[in-house]
Amino acid sequence: MSERSERSTAVRVLPAHDSDAGQRILTALRTPGGAVFVLAGLLLIAIIVSNPNFADPGSLIRFAGRTAPIAIAAMGQYYVIVSGEFDLSMAAVIATQVVVAGNVIGQDEALIVPGLVLMLVIGALIGIVNGLATTLLKVPSFIVTLGTMLALTGLVRYITGGAATGNPSDAFRNIGRGGIQDVPILGIIPYSLLIFLVLATLAAWLMRRPFGRTLVAVGDNPDAARYAGTSVWWLKTRAFVISSLSATVAGILLVGYAGVHPSVGSGYEFAAITAVVVGGVVLGGGRGWVLSAAAGAYALELLFLLLTSLGVQSTWRNTVQGVIIIVAVALAGRTWRAVRRPTRGEPEPAPSASSPPPAPPGSRRTGDS
Amino acid sequence: MSAAPKPEGGPSMSEMRVARSLSSTTIVYLVLLLAVVVGAGITASRGRNFFSIGNLDNVFTMMTILGLIAVGQTLVILVGSLDLSVPFVVSLSSVTAGGLMAGQTGRIVPAVLVTLLVGAAIGLVNGLVVSRLAVHGFIATLGMGLILSGYLASNYQGSHGEAPRAFRLLDATRIGPVPMATLIMLTFAMLAILLLRRTRLGHHLYAVGGNADIARMSGVRTTSPVVAAHVICSMLSAVAGLLLLARLGVGQPTVGAQGSYDLMSIAAVVLGGTLLGGGKGNVVGTIAGVAIFAVLDNVMGVMELNPFLKDVVRGVVIIVAVAVYARREIDRRPPRFGAEPPPGQAAIEEEAR
Amino acid sequence: MRTTMKRTLAVASAAALVALAGCSTDEISDTNEGSGSDDTEWFVQADFDEQDEQRDATFEGDPETPWLQYIDGDMTDTSEFARDEAGKVCFANASISNPWRQTGWITMQQQLQALQDEGVISEMETRDAQDSDDTQIADIDYFISEGNCDAFVISPNSTAAMTPAVERACETGKPVVVFDRGVETDCPTTFIHPIGGYAWGIDTANFLVEELDEGDRVVALRILPGVDVLETRWAAAEKIFEDNGIEAEDHFTEGDPATIKQVVTDAINQGDVDGIWMDAGDGAVAAIEAFEDAGVDYPVMTGEDEMSFLRKWEETGLTGLAPVYSNFQWRTPLLAVQRIFAGEEVPTEWVLPQTPITEDERAQYLADNEGMPDGHYAKFGGDGLPGFPEAWQDR
Repeated sequence: MSERSERSTAVRVLPAHDSDAGQRILTALRTPGGAVFVLAGLLLIAIIVSNPNFADPGSLIRFAGRTAPIAIAAMGQYYVIVSGEFDLSMAAVIATQVVVAGNVIGQDEALIVPGLVLMLVIGALIGIVNGLATTLLKVPSFIVTLGTMLALTGLVRYITGGAATGNPSDAFRNIGRGGIQDVPILGIIPYSLLIFLVLATLAAWLMRRPFGRTLVAVGDNPDAARYAGTSVWWLKTRAFVISSLSATVAGILLVGYAGVHPSVGSGYEFAAITAVVVGGVVLGGGRGWVLSAAAGAYALELLFLLLTSLGVQSTWRNTVQGVIIIVAVALAGRTWRAVRRPTRGEPEPAPSASSPPPAPPGSRRTGDS
Repeated sequence: MSAAPKPEGGPSMSEMRVARSLSSTTIVYLVLLLAVVVGAGITASRGRNFFSIGNLDNVFTMMTILGLIAVGQTLVILVGSLDLSVPFVVSLSSVTAGGLMAGQTGRIVPAVLVTLLVGAAIGLVNGLVVSRLAVHGFIATLGMGLILSGYLASNYQGSHGEAPRAFRLLDATRIGPVPMATLIMLTFAMLAILLLRRTRLGHHLYAVGGNADIARMSGVRTTSPVVAAHVICSMLSAVAGLLLLARLGVGQPTVGAQGSYDLMSIAAVVLGGTLLGGGKGNVVGTIAGVAIFAVLDNVMGVMELNPFLKDVVRGVVIIVAVAVYARREIDRRPPRFGAEPPPGQAAIEEEAR
Repeated sequence: MRTTMKRTLAVASAAALVALAGCSTDEISDTNEGSGSDDTEWFVQADFDEQDEQRDATFEGDPETPWLQYIDGDMTDTSEFARDEAGKVCFANASISNPWRQTGWITMQQQLQALQDEGVISEMETRDAQDSDDTQIADIDYFISEGNCDAFVISPNSTAAMTPAVERACETGKPVVVFDRGVETDCPTTFIHPIGGYAWGIDTANFLVEELDEGDRVVALRILPGVDVLETRWAAAEKIFEDNGIEAEDHFTEGDPATIKQVVTDAINQGDVDGIWMDAGDGAVAAIEAFEDAGVDYPVMTGEDEMSFLRKWEETGLTGLAPVYSNFQWRTPLLAVQRIFAGEEVPTEWVLPQTPITEDERAQYLADNEGMPDGHYAKFGGDGLPGFPEAWQDR
């Protein structure tokens, strides 16, 4: 199948050379940040081929909606990673917010807005603590956020005795569970998907602002950025705040989607980072696109769905996942090097990105969303 | 703050000397001493003796497994990588050796050898993926962990195999108050120290971890130190699995995950003063880092602290303890053209942040 | 590679050193050489049959206090442990990391208070192993050498691995009470447990088989692999499903409701899901909501006696069963200690009743547990204890 798509690409590539935009897209698709959209598209096609039931627009849109939390978390994590840091505390932040939602809002709908404000304030505070400990106390962010992860998880479980009291009111949960009803063809447009789209737009815009550009510069070369007079500590602290806030939003959506439980969000500490890396963002900072991070999250979730759809035995899924993550990142790494190398007219080494097929409809959707 | 250029004439020369004489390792040991003193006080207030045989035995035992893994993790971090697959290597070696021994004394030696080889093979793959395929250690070993966890889940539904009595003696034997297993851990720590100080490989580990490009230009092959560090780390994790087999009497497919050895070993290494970015640090500090955790756990156990609060304390201690000397590390940096800046120091410190 | 060899040599020489040095060694009971129990299948027919039988056994004692009921069998004479004054109990707990254990832990503390008031137990020192075998072995050893214990209560983190440590506790000559997960030794004074994992699997699978037709599809939601108490639940259920032509597929969810909902949603997208089986009811509500969101009929379902499931079950009116892993067993160990300190005999293996909650009984349990949080377990058995109901309500 891949051979055929490559050939068809070759035919379509030529006219694309005429337009600048086409060329730009093509060049972009050759970078790991672009290739992830192709990867997501291929995975989607594979899923639909393996089980046509998944091609149903209604179930696709629901899939897009339920993946929004991890994609939003990945975008938040992106800001931290691109500045050269890690945020391992996301799972703990999500668990904290889920429990706060359950205990503070409860069944009282009048408390929804104050509850939301409280959650955002808590999220921002955690981000500030992470950021300041990293920048001012000079503790490596890996350690800081590992510490906040332990401390937060422990604190939440201590305060609540570890058990959930109950779900918050349905009106609040509707943010993560509901959507615009009776949409033709799709049936429903989940609010979570809309929230994701808004945040993705915001994130892309932010990366074009001086803040975003400087953040990447700091991740690429902190010295240069510092000599240019950038206030690194404030810059990075804001990145951590964005990360914690995105985890907070993910928590709000997840408590809607799944309900209150201390284990909601478990695994996000690694999942969000993996998604960002699969999205072609380089650990250590300085490289990558924010939307690719989101696409990385979608690609990962599509991979899980594919494993389900293929009926891979549950116990072996981790293994397949591990192999694919390593291979994907290894290929992406080669592509980065290939792209950065001045072109000498030699054929690019990485087969995955050498002649990317035009984005299939599936990947477009994922890409846009 | 870090943005502001260093104020003119920052620390005076005498301050500098004091600071330099207090190496980060010294500070770690001072923190450990503080933990012991405070811990002994708290223990005494509960009517117990911190230095009783039973209590010391508890502290040593809590150090053993994490210590072995953290020694390996130190090497991996020094060379600029990370190993998140350790818990699964521990579990795998525990069930592999347990299955091979199947309760028979005669099978101990082959089982141990096979297990170490399996560990080495995993480390080899980790190392090659990191160095040859240029996949970040975080992702490479996270992926390896997933691969192994799938294998474990598919093949082992519960405890597996059995350690013969002769092998279990490894756990049951004590020399004075010190368990045999702890001595084995310390022996490996000693060997790692010798490796780092006395061998070419050791120097290359620092060089590559400090700045791979400079190391390469100086004629160091960057692949082999990375591979070696990963192989040693996985083998030490395999030894940890063997010791757990001796302790539990059976192979346990979840025993590695139970200890959160991946993140806790990294925390112990950094607590011990090793830079997360690589190139600087040592095993002596790591052992102190592990000991701090063990003392902390022991004292919290005596206090009957709520287990959730234990995690809070651990989290706060990790941040605060590292902050104590992480800040110093920066201040101590020679203002300009100071005495003997190690190659790539600036780069290392940047990475560490 | 050179260092590797050095290391191997070092291990060998160190081992030799120990052999020569003649240093202290803990007692190790002899294992039968070469027994090599290498069962790849996690299914023991004999255990299955035994637990299947026990489901219908007659229990001695008052059904009003099921935590004191037991199946008639061998009794341990405890006259040697009789004492006049209150004694100290040392409790090595596996963890309180899930709602079931948290509920039980509260019950145990309230039971302790009652027995302290009665002057039976002076104090209870608790060490929590946070789900680690290694830590729990250290905890037990610590109690043996430093605890000054008059009785040990142990809730093992895992069965085989904890056996040597429990044996060491037995060797102190003090009474040892083991509950929940067992150990592979009969040295404890009493081993308290509900019937077991196979019984859970049989109750639930039989229910689904009865309510479904041959060829129907069941999605099995399991928490995680490699935990023996959970593996037996699935092993029994899987066998019954196979025998009766039910198509069952299992998934691991780590008890995370978000994962549960995704797994179930995907299963619904693939085709009709007729039944849901769970190895623990935590997160059952998310599974039910997946059907609601997909707009399809509710499945036949087995959850657990967790309040969240009972409430959702009533609200939706689906066909269901709440299997029970009797949470009231957390009362029994301290009550056993009370009997032991009094020198009264106790069952050597104290098998507690384990009866699922059916639809007919549901209303009663909902009424009895009104005001309890979602993570509470209906058969907690603590309504007569001091602190009821606040201790369970305000966690």
